Amino acid sequence: MTTHRVWKLGADIDTDVLAPGHAMKHGIDKIATFCLESVRPEFATQVQPGDVIVAGPNFGIGSSREQAAAVLVKLGVVAVIAPSFSGLYFRNAFNVGLLLLTCPDADRLQEAEGITLDTKNLTVISSTGKRLSCEPIPAFLLDMVRSGGLMNQLRIRFGKEPVQ
Amino acid sequence: MSTSTPVAQTLAQKLIARAAGRENVAVGEIVNCQVDLAMFHDSSGPRRLKPMLEELGAQIWDKSRVVLVMDHYVPERDDESRKIVRIARDWAREQDLPHVYDGQGICHVVVPQHGHIRSGMFCVGGDSHSPTGGAFGAYMFGIGSTEMLGVVVTGEIWLRVPHTLQMHWLGELQKGVTAKDMMLHMIGRFGMNGGQYQAVEFCGPAVKALSMQERMTLSNMSAELGAQVGLIAPDEVTAAWLQAAGAPTPDTSDWHTDEGAALTRHEFDAGTLTPYVAAPHSPANADVVGRYSGTRVDVAYIGACTGAKLDDLRAAAEVLRGQRVAPGVRLMVAPASQKDQAAAREEGVLQVLLDAGAELFPTACGACAGYGETMGDNTTVISSTARNFKGRMGSATAQVYLASPYTVAASALRGVITDPREVLA
Ligand code: SF4
Repeated sequence: MTTHRVWKLGADIDTDVLAPGHAMKHGIDKIATFCLESVRPEFATQVQPGDVIVAGPNFGIGSSREQAAAVLVKLGVVAVIAPSFSGLYFRNAFNVGLLLLTCPDADRLQEAEGITLDTKNLTVISSTGKRLSCEPIPAFLLDMVRSGGLMNQLRIRFGKEPVQ
Repeated sequence: MSTSTPVAQTLAQKLIARAAGRENVAVGEIVNCQVDLAMFHDSSGPRRLKPMLEELGAQIWDKSRVVLVMDHYVPERDDESRKIVRIARDWAREQDLPHVYDGQGICHVVVPQHGHIRSGMFCVGGDSHSPTGGAFGAYMFGIGSTEMLGVVVTGEIWLRVPHTLQMHWLGELQKGVTAKDMMLHMIGRFGMNGGQYQAVEFCGPAVKALSMQERMTLSNMSAELGAQVGLIAPDEVTAAWLQAAGAPTPDTSDWHTDEGAALTRHEFDAGTLTPYVAAPHSPANADVVGRYSGTRVDVAYIGACTGAKLDDLRAAAEVLRGQRVAPGVRLMVAPASQKDQAAAREEGVLQVLLDAGAELFPTACGACAGYGETMGDNTTVISSTARNFKGRMGSATAQVYLASPYTVAASALRGVITDPREVLA
């Protein structure tokens, strides 16, 4: 299984922190360069494809702007693991193909550790082998993430080629 | 369970059941609903939807059910915003959309003011404050642009039937205490995700006594409670308001929570509620105004869908009538809609504010989310808007306090955060 490096963040990471208002007039590539600038200024330049975010409760509170989820996809983040998410962010994330794992024990994971994800059993396995279970996710949402988001599912529905 | 016994349902369940074409729905089940109305604005709408629709080669499922509002990037200030607004205008023309409001004000206020949101409807909005529609007894919630695309091409959306958290307000609000204070109190108590994406329902005598626009403030800030919707059972106040807005008179009789429906109820006493203020940088940092009184302010901002409707402007004017703001304080007023601004002008409310030294800004989102004129470094702001996240209104060093329009006006008057009851007395 692939190992993913952890970026650890605090509680209440809001959508303005993920996709700042001043950047919203730009396209997703530009917005991504400002992702988390006010809490982890080095994040946007140092994050690597395959990394994961581990955060405190209430990740994604605030605006409906889905760019707050799309920037993480753009930067190659494969999942966000947190004890709770904003409900609106939760929908947006799956719609843009970002996996969110609701994990009550997320705080046991450490900054920069390498973890693996068992997406079939919705379990996070820490570098020391600890297994943290996550709350169930409806099958149709897991399918959506696997397809790369709602747009890809619509592409297929309208007889177009899915992207990536 | 016998099929002949009607199941006690919450207002949320009834609204969802209707949209799902079902007799009733159970909390926790995932259902597909038919959308009666899809609203979006210049930022969340055409600039994102147009290219995706074109790529799919798909059409809007029902143009009569779509409302587009230009409110975020108007008036245009730079090349990027000009481009975003131009895309929206061109697309509206191309698609021949029947319901477009350009520069008329903020979507959550303009759309109901034109009779588009009615009791019993199931609506989605491309904006997080879409729960405002719940004030009219409509099930309305915010979604992102990709999901909006899904709605626009299919006319449907899924949801998980929510549990209901009933916020039951007893008693009567004191003079100078408003729906905004009720919300800041609740957000302070339950936190920004305390609503857990369930349905919040506001009820009780203190809610029934509120004007329609005050009810809209409650539903609007359900977003800050993290609820999916913020519902208020429609009544004669709703019916009268909708009629005046040109909507057909709704049949409000069905749209209430049944006796005995399963829900969680919280009780509050409106009579003992004092004005509330939320300190930087979260609406959940809310406390009684006394806790912050005396804090010096540079800017007093009356704006946004949350806090610049006609009733909000009236409240500010009540405080400022015949007075001038403290030296060195900037009072900025951006009415929520053209209709509200015109009514405020007619009533003399606008003149009171201007005489007090207010600067008038366009009826748009403006500084609320860092568009338009924004807040500079180290500025202390008291604002009638909904959010005070770090950097949202401009500089990351700006300190934004949230309060009711009464409190904002009283603070402008004295130059420090002030309990409006001292000034109104
Ligand atoms: S006024 Fe503020 S809260 Fe309301 S829709 Fe505009 S940006 Fe959002």
